[in-house]
Amino acid sequence: MKKILEVQKIRGGYETPYGFVRAVDGCSLVAYEGEILGIAGESGCGKSTFAHLIIGYVKPPLKVLEGTSIIDNTDIYKLSWTERRTKVWGRLVSVIPQYSMNSLNPTKRIKDLVLDVIREKYRTPPPKDKIIEMARVRFEELGLSDKVLDMYPIELSGGMKQRAVIAISTLLNPKLLIADEPTSALDVSTQKRLLQLLYNLVRRKNIVRTLIMISHDIATLRQICDRMCIMYAGKIVELASTEDIINYPLHPYTKGLINSVVSIEPSLRKKVLKGIPGAPPNLINPPPGCRFHPRCPNALPICYKKEPPLVEINERRYVACWLYAET
Amino acid sequence: MHDALLHVENLTKIFRTGFLGRGRTIIAVDHVTFDLKEGEILALIGESGSGKTTTARMILKLLRPTSGKIFFMGKDIWEIPNKEYWKNVQAVFQDPYASFNPFYKVNRIMRNVLKLLPNNVRNDAVKRIHQVLEQVGLNPEEVLDKRPFELSGGQLQRVLLARCLLVDPRIIIADEPTSMIDASMRVGILNLLKDLSKKEGKSIIFITHDISQAFYVSDRILVMYKGRIVESGPPEKVLFSPEHPYTKRLISDVPKLHERFEL
Amino acid sequence: MMKVSKTRLKHVMGIFVRYKKLLIGTTLVLGILLFCLIGRIVYPVNPRDIAFKDLLPPNPENPLGTDVFGRDVLAQIIHGTLNSLRVGVAAGLIATLIGVIIGAVAGYFGGIIDEVLNLITNTFLVLPTLALLIVIASYVKMRSEWIVAFIIGVTSWPWTARAVRAQVYSLRAREFVDLAKISGLSKFEIIIFEILPNMLSYIVMCFTLQMAGAILSEAGLSAIGLGPSDVVTLGIILRWCIVWEAPRLGAWWWFVPPGLLITLIAVSFLLLNSGLDEIYNPRLRRGIR
Repeated sequence: MKKILEVQKIRGGYETPYGFVRAVDGCSLVAYEGEILGIAGESGCGKSTFAHLIIGYVKPPLKVLEGTSIIDNTDIYKLSWTERRTKVWGRLVSVIPQYSMNSLNPTKRIKDLVLDVIREKYRTPPPKDKIIEMARVRFEELGLSDKVLDMYPIELSGGMKQRAVIAISTLLNPKLLIADEPTSALDVSTQKRLLQLLYNLVRRKNIVRTLIMISHDIATLRQICDRMCIMYAGKIVELASTEDIINYPLHPYTKGLINSVVSIEPSLRKKVLKGIPGAPPNLINPPPGCRFHPRCPNALPICYKKEPPLVEINERRYVACWLYAET
Repeated sequence: MHDALLHVENLTKIFRTGFLGRGRTIIAVDHVTFDLKEGEILALIGESGSGKTTTARMILKLLRPTSGKIFFMGKDIWEIPNKEYWKNVQAVFQDPYASFNPFYKVNRIMRNVLKLLPNNVRNDAVKRIHQVLEQVGLNPEEVLDKRPFELSGGQLQRVLLARCLLVDPRIIIADEPTSMIDASMRVGILNLLKDLSKKEGKSIIFITHDISQAFYVSDRILVMYKGRIVESGPPEKVLFSPEHPYTKRLISDVPKLHERFEL
Repeated sequence: MMKVSKTRLKHVMGIFVRYKKLLIGTTLVLGILLFCLIGRIVYPVNPRDIAFKDLLPPNPENPLGTDVFGRDVLAQIIHGTLNSLRVGVAAGLIATLIGVIIGAVAGYFGGIIDEVLNLITNTFLVLPTLALLIVIASYVKMRSEWIVAFIIGVTSWPWTARAVRAQVYSLRAREFVDLAKISGLSKFEIIIFEILPNMLSYIVMCFTLQMAGAILSEAGLSAIGLGPSDVVTLGIILRWCIVWEAPRLGAWWWFVPPGLLITLIAVSFLLLNSGLDEIYNPRLRRGIR
């Protein structure tokens, strides 16, 4: 399968008055055309920062220290900001940031947002009515009536706003779509419909070729993702197929995470979930060795000293843990 | 009916917005009736706008009902003096960071609640504070002298539960106590609530939008929709043989760990 | 303990370096204070002395020349600045105090109390201060600086009241206020010990703005002859310039400095306020997790 994204050892973080926060500390990832990949992790693990670093949207206080990101054979960090803005963002890859539905300009109608986005991408943009027509068609395809174009964001429900955001972000059919927590803050039924929409975007309508979805909610991710990547404290600790992550997790953190998911199953009534004791580490001064060792029930002496490398266990299955790596 | 610990009868709250007759009317809570028994965890499930938080605020005497009554141990709560009521009914809220005044250190929230206790108990304050913090699984030295932003959400919620225990209420109203906490720390709080109910005999009203958490933790479930209770019963019945269409839809739309939606 | 204070000091210095407005504002304010406090010692000339020849341009004996009565202008400026500041601070304190009390009560209690207080606030907002002052001036012949400060303070509080009310109104819905209620704290305990401490930075900013405004108000009042009767302020100097037609006489050394200084004082407090605002913007206050 063709690689659409290849990230190598990317490191970046935030300058703060208290020190440098090492939000993403050496992460490598490969995504293939046609797949839906999930990035799971709890708050502060660096998943949103990772998305920014992948597409090269690096503005202070965010700083990228090293690493490469190649999207569809385009080396992002070899391009200037303007080149990224005109050639990459919106065309090659589109990101739907967290809380984006609440960041819509309340004083503009949806169609004006569409015009803003499109005009920015072309040197000589197509005429206004052509753009609106294109938008109308796309909106209908995604289940929004064309009346939405004439409305203001405040007139739309949460679900409709999120759909509009997805529609606008994918107008130019980017090959890769990265959605950061697209379903949080929505009620359960709207979440399900939105997951259906995202699934359709890739599998049925071929509007985007690949989807990367970021979420803290594993039960939601498993509904559409083929593979899942688990992040902890700025590092990728496990990457495997959804089935393997849910049913045969290898990394102690993944195991703990799966064991923390509250799900409606008859067996759950008798089970006592354990969770994971402690709290995630401070990313200005992370612990030496494996970042998870203070909370790990299986910590070995080497875990306190050396960081485990991300090792390929078998085809497309990776773990960063001394239990599975050669010391 | 009146031998239940808490008896809520036809509780209604109507909000009127607008000025002098040109306004809108919102029926937030619509003739809600239910009981809370001693030592049970009752889950109140609803999505935003269902009226669950408004109900909680009325039970806590933070809001006056438009009509209907609430009885605690047979007495109308509005006839019980406030301090006496709050010695018996306490709460933990959703946002741990907003529950603490950022201006003060954590120990202040423990000291404040001592006002509800008689003087003789106050003298023993430090010992009691340490005791309740250990009861919720925290090390007092690590927690009391810190500012709220230095602790994690899970730790803060535990402190808030310890604060409740200081007063030793019969009822704890937990309004979405785990919604803003990470999954790995969430379970600890849910287990703690279970312990407080089974081992300490407290009655807990667990308010949530997450039906899975309600399933894990509660003895009985009430489902609220647009201000009304549409379904009630033990968890197995409500979740595996739901009767109301809203409940049915809610259950089918919730993502489950070991099942995939038909997409 | 030493280590803690050292890092704190470094942290505070770091803030100054990064926030230019705060740095410039604070420097200017300190500079002005130094000027009028130390100035009297370094340049001990009595502003009322008619010791010199009148209307002298700047010269070695009188760095800013003399006015139409032969009084040294620099001495007047030094004393005038201090007095203007005193009136400004006093008026600012009065206005802030009234504004905070009215705003906090209106914002916390809401309902009819809020409506009534809003009505009062709006009335004072609309009140023609000048007309009020002319009326008061015609009754109070000898106006001390404190009376002038009082008048300004008692008519300029509405802005603070509104700002404080809005803040209190939003804070009272927060969970920590609910928890305080169910812990048995009384309404006043909640306002004073829970809500107001959270707004300290905001109240300080209100105060700096009120002060800047008060200084300008005093200058304006004095310029039309309604200022303090017994002390020299920058505004009073301007008054003399107007009455004795300094511009026509070409005595730029007399009428330019007071105006310049009034502007400088106001600008420095506004910069200070702006700098404080940048720091206290919640966007920057989130703890690192």
